[in-house]
Amino acid sequence: MTTTSSDAAAAASAASGDILRAEHISKKYGAVTALTDVNLHLGRGEVLGLLGDNGAGKSTLLKILCGFQPPTTGKLFLEGQEVEFKGVDDARARGIDAVYQDLALVNQLTVYHNMFLNRERTNGVLLNNRVMKRLAREHLDEMGIRIPSVNVEVAKLSGGQRQAIAVARSVFSNPKILLLDEPLAAMGVKEGAIILDLVRQLKEQGQVSIIIIAHNYGQVLEVCDRVNLVQHGEITFDKRSADTSVTELTDIVVAEYRKALEERHRLDQQPPSTTNGR
Amino acid sequence: MSKVSEAVENRTDSPSQPPGATPPRSNPLRAAGLAFLRQREATVLVVAIALIIYFAVSSSNFYGSANLTTWLSQDSAYIMIIAVGEVLLLICGEIDLSVGFIFTFSPFLMHYLIDFYGFPAILAIIISLIMGLAVGWVNAFLTVSVGLPSFITTLGTGFVLLGLVNTTSHAEAVPIPASVTGIGHWIGSGTWSEFIWAVILVILGHILLTRTKWGLHTISAGGNLLGAQEAGIKVNRIKYGNFMLTGLLGAFVGLQVAFQTNTIDPTAGGYQPMFYAVTAAVIGGTAMLGGVGTILGAALGAIVLGTLTDGFSILGVSANPLDIIFGGAILVAMIANVQLARLREAGRSV
Ligand SMILES: Nc1ncnc2c1ncn2[C@@H]1O[C@H](COP(=O)(O)OP(=O)(O)OP(=O)(O)O)[C@@H](O)[C@H]1O
Ligand SMILES: [Mg+2]
Repeated sequence: MTTTSSDAAAAASAASGDILRAEHISKKYGAVTALTDVNLHLGRGEVLGLLGDNGAGKSTLLKILCGFQPPTTGKLFLEGQEVEFKGVDDARARGIDAVYQDLALVNQLTVYHNMFLNRERTNGVLLNNRVMKRLAREHLDEMGIRIPSVNVEVAKLSGGQRQAIAVARSVFSNPKILLLDEPLAAMGVKEGAIILDLVRQLKEQGQVSIIIIAHNYGQVLEVCDRVNLVQHGEITFDKRSADTSVTELTDIVVAEYRKALEERHRLDQQPPSTTNGR
Repeated sequence: MSKVSEAVENRTDSPSQPPGATPPRSNPLRAAGLAFLRQREATVLVVAIALIIYFAVSSSNFYGSANLTTWLSQDSAYIMIIAVGEVLLLICGEIDLSVGFIFTFSPFLMHYLIDFYGFPAILAIIISLIMGLAVGWVNAFLTVSVGLPSFITTLGTGFVLLGLVNTTSHAEAVPIPASVTGIGHWIGSGTWSEFIWAVILVILGHILLTRTKWGLHTISAGGNLLGAQEAGIKVNRIKYGNFMLTGLLGAFVGLQVAFQTNTIDPTAGGYQPMFYAVTAAVIGGTAMLGGVGTILGAALGAIVLGTLTDGFSILGVSANPLDIIFGGAILVAMIANVQLARLREAGRSV
């Protein structure tokens, strides 16, 4: 069932140029095993798409890569050096920034305070609101993100606007590695295009390497250099976008689903006593 | 940025900006009025002013200089100070029910240290204040690190402190040790010292909440705990700090009241100041559910409660019916708050 292609091997041979590598990563939440054995690499300036069904473990992986949580086992290498992130701050200091699936925005704070959350500009101990306001406004304008004002509470924005703010915030910090967890989920066509254009722009500038988690295969193949498929806690597929297609990806996932369904039927038809010895 | 969005921005003024920034076309008075009503503290300010006018009209004793200190220094200041801590805790999603017992215990600790162990006055006071920090730390440890709800944690530590006071003091009041009367003047027994401290602490608390990273992170911890953690905010540190600050303020107020009444009384403190402080916070515009709150509002709420206590006792209303009025007044203030909040929302979405 694993579709390991020769392309993947070819890509792996370029390992020395990888900016980020994850080796044999596993993650357990108590009794739940979210990741079993993940091996992933991200080339310098590369855009990698991470696909997979709900609950496959994509967000879990991203939260390990951005320092939010440590893996249960496994190693991370940043520019060839093994690293253990002490936390989100540590990973950020090393140039890794993430947009979380839940966006990590504080509804009760204004847009500009959210954009500088935990990276506030200060004058001594006091917040420098004037500078934060100005920079936030300039940055959003530059990115073409339209909101009523940087002074409104985030609670008053639409889902897509909130997502745009979260993406803008992470780009704002000039990361070397940008991790985006479903950045298009709540976006209209136009806003989605803004984000995809932004990714293309960043790619052309070549300063930043990106991992995007998404469900829309078409969009992913369009902007990504390479795609990985996560299935029940493992990466089971690794190809360059040019060498695969929406059809191939869909077929793999649907085949997986059919197989699981057949398995269920088979088990249902057998007497219960024989099922437990598997 | 477009003209329209600029206009919208001005409509959602922060308190620091003058109401004069509203568009020139509309009636400036009306605009100023609306801008005022949009402030979270608006309701409680109106209630406070209305009450003060009512009592001033009802009895000339109310604004007599003798009563001014009773009203502000004795009946309001202690609520204001404790409310500073409770607001910060409520905003970050916690509560401290034990603070009134820290209040009770701290002057006793000072008394034991001075009268039984021969500590110098200053040192005894400092240790009593550190006790407040320490109880706050225990509250935070049990809540944040062990994972109990703060409602339970602080209920427990409060009882422990109460038992400690009553066991060690045999539930009897004692006079203030002679060696501390000099310092006591600065802390609580001077005519205006309690109120002056309250004003200073409220201003510092307000700055802490609205103008520093600590304040933003406190709001974040209560508004979106997971999100705050994802942004790398050390939410545990924030909660420890706010519990410890509240404990410190409780210990300080305990000393103030002991100096001011010139006695160390095991029945001083307890649940009453804590409930008053939480009430002041809530009528001042702080949400019980976290993420939202104002220290200025809570200070005004404390003055409302102090005004009710003082005003009705001047009018000769006895303690029992006073509670009925008190409860009613709190409900009225809260209803006004909810209504104004609706207005505020409506005003913003235009
Ligand atoms: N904090 C947690 N505690 C316990 N279990 C968790 C936690 N986070 C994730 N899981 C479990 O780990 C598994 C993978 O979750 P994850 O969020 O990584 O999936 P995902 O691939 O991002 O799915 P989706 O496409 O729905 O976002 C799921 O079974 C989930 O229930
Ligand atoms: Mg996910």
